[in-house]
Amino acid sequence: MKYAFYPGCVARGGAPELYDSAVAVMKRLGIEWEELTKAACTGAGLLQEKNRKLGDALNIRTLAMAEQKGLDVLVICSTCQGVMSQANHAVQRDPEYLAEINKVLADEGLEYKGTTQVKHLLWVAIEDIGVEKLKGTFTKQLDGVKLAPFYGCYMVRPSAALGFAANPDRDTSLEIAIEAVGGEVFDFPGKTACCGFPILFINQRNSLRMVSNHTGAASDGGADAMVTPCPLCHLNLDGYQPKARKQNRGDKADMPIIHLPQLLGLAMGMSEKELGLQRHIVSTKEIVRKVDLITAR
Amino acid sequence: MQANLKVRRFNPGEPGAQPRFQEYSIDVHPDSTILDALIQVREEVDGTLALRCSCRASICGSCGMRVNGRARLVCKTRVEHLAPNGEQLTIEPMGNQRVVKDLVVSLDTFFNQIKRITPYMQPDKEPEHGEFIASNESMTNLLTAMNCIMCGCCVSDCTVLEVDPNFIGPAALAKAWRFTEDPRDSKRNERLNALNNEAGGIWDCTRCMQCVEVCPKEVAPMERIMEMRDAAIEAGNTNTSGYRHTESMYNSVKKHGRLDETRLAIDSAGWTNVPRMLDLAPIGFKALLRGKMPPILPHKAEDKQKIKDIYEKVEGERK
Ligand code: SF4
Ligand code: SF4
Repeated sequence: MKYAFYPGCVARGGAPELYDSAVAVMKRLGIEWEELTKAACTGAGLLQEKNRKLGDALNIRTLAMAEQKGLDVLVICSTCQGVMSQANHAVQRDPEYLAEINKVLADEGLEYKGTTQVKHLLWVAIEDIGVEKLKGTFTKQLDGVKLAPFYGCYMVRPSAALGFAANPDRDTSLEIAIEAVGGEVFDFPGKTACCGFPILFINQRNSLRMVSNHTGAASDGGADAMVTPCPLCHLNLDGYQPKARKQNRGDKADMPIIHLPQLLGLAMGMSEKELGLQRHIVSTKEIVRKVDLITAR
Repeated sequence: MQANLKVRRFNPGEPGAQPRFQEYSIDVHPDSTILDALIQVREEVDGTLALRCSCRASICGSCGMRVNGRARLVCKTRVEHLAPNGEQLTIEPMGNQRVVKDLVVSLDTFFNQIKRITPYMQPDKEPEHGEFIASNESMTNLLTAMNCIMCGCCVSDCTVLEVDPNFIGPAALAKAWRFTEDPRDSKRNERLNALNNEAGGIWDCTRCMQCVEVCPKEVAPMERIMEMRDAAIEAGNTNTSGYRHTESMYNSVKKHGRLDETRLAIDSAGWTNVPRMLDLAPIGFKALLRGKMPPILPHKAEDKQKIKDIYEKVEGERK
């Protein structure tokens, strides 16, 4: 099982623990990969705001580079997933647009035929590897650990671009992963809402209200941690949680925000250090302690 | 087939009333919509259930409700589609709008938002031949937004309205776009400037795509909002954090092929905005201690000249 690996800017910048934990987990899962070191940032929807075609051209370039290698793209970020899927969807249903984009890429000797799939590690784990085989890589059953899923907008909308109709499991992929590690799902309406990151620097008050509402709901529901496949959600929900909670609820930041690979890694028996859990702003000590107490199989 | 409905009931007019859920289990025709099922409940089981509908054919926009947490027109949603094996369907009134009774919400929120965008044409002259002549393309361009049936589904699920009732909201902003793009309107720039400057205007949307996902008429309000951001910038509005934010991203990818998070935060605040800088500092400092501060010199893509070439090519086309 080999993929063209596109880690994304945040895993290489503000959330380095995501990159490290993802790579460690991918090895255990028996995934092989080639990293796409020449690829550009997806633009995170922001570049597309200013110039849609430019954003699409940069993403189709990435997909064409993977296509040349005969590989699908593996991502570890909801936003990368969504933005690339949207670009892919746009050219796949409009051959004229694809031809236009290919004209831009021709100088570099690239031509995209439209065959590359983009898959988050979450989808790879449950669709390509499969839940049963995935469970075989775990050494611990996270019994009694209550986890709140938090998807990130781009991982769930627009559903038409994300292939939800053909892959109905994607609707509940995070819950499936949480159940696979033996955890208990804390279901709440905020799980598919916005974390507020896109307006953090534009309207901080509103952004932090979102952070406080979601992490507060998880705390009130007795969750031990929140799990997210999106590093941008992580940056906001983790980094700004202390300020958000103080401002809006007058309480302390107590909801650790775990990256998806860190969750899988915990079930695989990896250490706090290996997974970079000590690098979070909101302390992960409690959940690490809870998992440590569970004896390995 | 069996329809199992769990309906949120609430009558604010009753002293001491609290919202509660009531379950109904009925036998419905296999082609039933959720609206058909609810009407059947009202007619055969419980005459006190309040709901609103009119055309039953997704034209009037009266029957917006939340089904399993997501806003939908219940006349356009079949029971079989969402609950083929008799799964329970949770039916609630739409969000972000005041409940009048049970599944009926007040239209005040929706129309107060619409009123804020001056929802009528403002020509600056009398038509020469008794009517304004507009090109075919200019009118087909407006069709997306003109398809809006004012059902309120987008308002219901907008994540910004959930935390800020002052946001103008997706439906009204899509309506505003309809006027900024109409060649017969003479107030394009005034409209864009107001939407740019006003609290709750175009820059407050968080691009969560809820409105795109739930709209039954493919109005895609978020796309219209993004077009207005671009148009507002072109009209000379470069005074917002939103503008600086987009520019910073644009330039970072052009220069490094990658996103430069440190710059993004600082550029968005504005280099001369001292209070905002101080506000960012403690979080940056904490992140630094934990070893996760974004690199001061951003990670660069190999071969970034190629990325710059693409910028130049696509930008050249736009000019
Ligand atoms: S994309 Fe913007 S307008 Fe649409 S629902 Fe989200 S925040 Fe509201
Ligand atoms: S934009 Fe779509 S969802 Fe919003 S009111 Fe109009 S038709 Fe309904």
